[in-house]
Amino acid sequence: MVPHPFRVERVQRETADTFTLTLEPAAAGIEIRYRPGQFNMLYLFGVGEVPISVSGDAASPVPLLHTVRVAGAVTRGICELGRGGTVGVRGPYGTPWPVEQAEGSDLLVIAGGIGLAPLRSVVYHLMAHREKYGRVAILYGTRSPDDLLYRSEVEQWRGRFDLDVDVTVDHAGLNWHGRVGVVTTLIQQAQFDPDNTVAMVCGPEIMMRFCVRELEDQGVDLGDIHISMERNMKCAVGFCGHCQFGPEFICKDGPVFSYQRIADLLDVREV
Amino acid sequence: MVVVAEGLDRLFEALRRREFTVVGPTVRDGAIVYDELESAADLPTGWTDEQDGGHYRLERRDDEAVFGYVVGPHSWKRYLHPPFLRLWRAEKRDDGFQVARDEAPRKPYAFLGVRSCELHAIAIQDRVFLEGEHVDPIYRERRENAFIVAVNCGQAGGTCFCVSMNTGPKASQGFDLALTEVLEDGRHYFVVESGSDRGAELLAELGGSEATEVELTAAEVAVKNAVGQMGRSLETEGLKELLYRNYEHPRWDQVAERCLACTNCTMVCPTCFCSSVEDVSDLDGEGAERWRTWDSCFSGEFSYIHGGNVRQTVKSRYRQWMTHKLATWYDQFGSSGCVGCGRCITWCPVAIDITEEAAAIRLDDRPSEQ
Repeated sequence: MVPHPFRVERVQRETADTFTLTLEPAAAGIEIRYRPGQFNMLYLFGVGEVPISVSGDAASPVPLLHTVRVAGAVTRGICELGRGGTVGVRGPYGTPWPVEQAEGSDLLVIAGGIGLAPLRSVVYHLMAHREKYGRVAILYGTRSPDDLLYRSEVEQWRGRFDLDVDVTVDHAGLNWHGRVGVVTTLIQQAQFDPDNTVAMVCGPEIMMRFCVRELEDQGVDLGDIHISMERNMKCAVGFCGHCQFGPEFICKDGPVFSYQRIADLLDVREV
Repeated sequence: MVVVAEGLDRLFEALRRREFTVVGPTVRDGAIVYDELESAADLPTGWTDEQDGGHYRLERRDDEAVFGYVVGPHSWKRYLHPPFLRLWRAEKRDDGFQVARDEAPRKPYAFLGVRSCELHAIAIQDRVFLEGEHVDPIYRERRENAFIVAVNCGQAGGTCFCVSMNTGPKASQGFDLALTEVLEDGRHYFVVESGSDRGAELLAELGGSEATEVELTAAEVAVKNAVGQMGRSLETEGLKELLYRNYEHPRWDQVAERCLACTNCTMVCPTCFCSSVEDVSDLDGEGAERWRTWDSCFSGEFSYIHGGNVRQTVKSRYRQWMTHKLATWYDQFGSSGCVGCGRCITWCPVAIDITEEAAAIRLDDRPSEQ
């Protein structure tokens, strides 16, 4: 449970406040293996530690990719380190997206804002195993065009004939000619068989709630909807108690949950 | 075996010969606390405690009972899961930094005077720190070799309810030795039972005699007296389901009007395990340390994520604490998180009583509102 030093190889600016870090272990002999949806604790020397999802391809885990939004002292410092800086890494922790269980089904990947970061690993996985899935739709919504993550990559995905990729923004200026509206509107237009669909949803809690409601209206079973939760975390291994959500520890029972498992708790304020 | 009161000195000697650091009860600042002890003279002989909601007073006894009190503000988690601890220190290097973990205490602990409810509390923390997917090395190092001398309660306090929680007052397992103190007909002795091989070995060095029928009965009567003195009770039948279906209940608003969110209940609770970490650096920025401190679900920043605290109201924090203790704990660790020691009631500055709160919700069960 101590962080290993990793070297920052590259810092890629994604949006005004979001950066993707490419990390290599500073010392030899550190094995890195993770599954889509898991997270690491990233440590800024002497300042603090934050849980951040892995956003790279689990099939080629080195270098490690983390997309970080500047939200506080630690994330700001990490994003300002620059090439050659050092970040501490411990992990991976938490439950993965159920990419294996979803084989044979249609797949809906639904992301809001920075919620695309943990789902990008899912997209890499399903592109590598495309034949194992039915129809695949990637539905992505952000507040504005400036908040679109991995924009050129999303455009590439959209160029494929085996993925339905749709993007919408809540509000836009004159230079945006794409869709405007909340991400739930994309679900209504997506092609999938509700009786044989697995949905993986990540974004703000309110966005996930409305997506679930829409999916339910379309006939998707609540047990086939998976969401990724976020809470304060200090230890990531179930000891510190901070991330409790009713009986669940987000760090070890989650962050990815079947919606069915936590549906009742999501209806209670301030759990 | 029966050991006379003076045998406690031999117990200290025997524990010291085995290189244990003896931790036990002693009187300090008007309370019976746990601390490292030099000899039996440090024990709270002749003292007792008077407890009720928001009330704790030491009183002189009219006898020389050594363990004639109940439990104070401390619990053994102070030693097994310390309130303030450096986890590691890191030094900057050319290739980043190097982390060095801190060593465990050099000598193992011997805990003297562990009550049955506290044995259960230790077993509960064992499940949290040792029996899950991850193991806390700090807890393990401290717990593994600890020698436990339990004391069966001969009296119960005003806020005790171990009988309701099925956790006492007689120690049933998890000890090396268990003592029952008897003061009767001018005699003062301990009926001692061993619960492990090393306990039996140590017991043989205490110079005791075989317990007679009379002595065994006297010990049984003492414990039976405690059973009859429980100051509180808690109905546990269906309690988990009751609380799960009453997340929305006006009682939470009412208790929040009194609750100061001071965190006392979580600090004195022998099973509360929440912690926070603080990363600090040297002034020259070359060294950094990580410290772990006890934390409480009653503090605002406990649930902070970017943008704000998830649990903004005191109502939601009290509900989190009590629902965790009495309901979600079952799903997390397979048992109640409450052992009925009564500390949270005694040390609450406004005398909020977990047994009273649970009873109020039971009396006004509102499953329909969820």
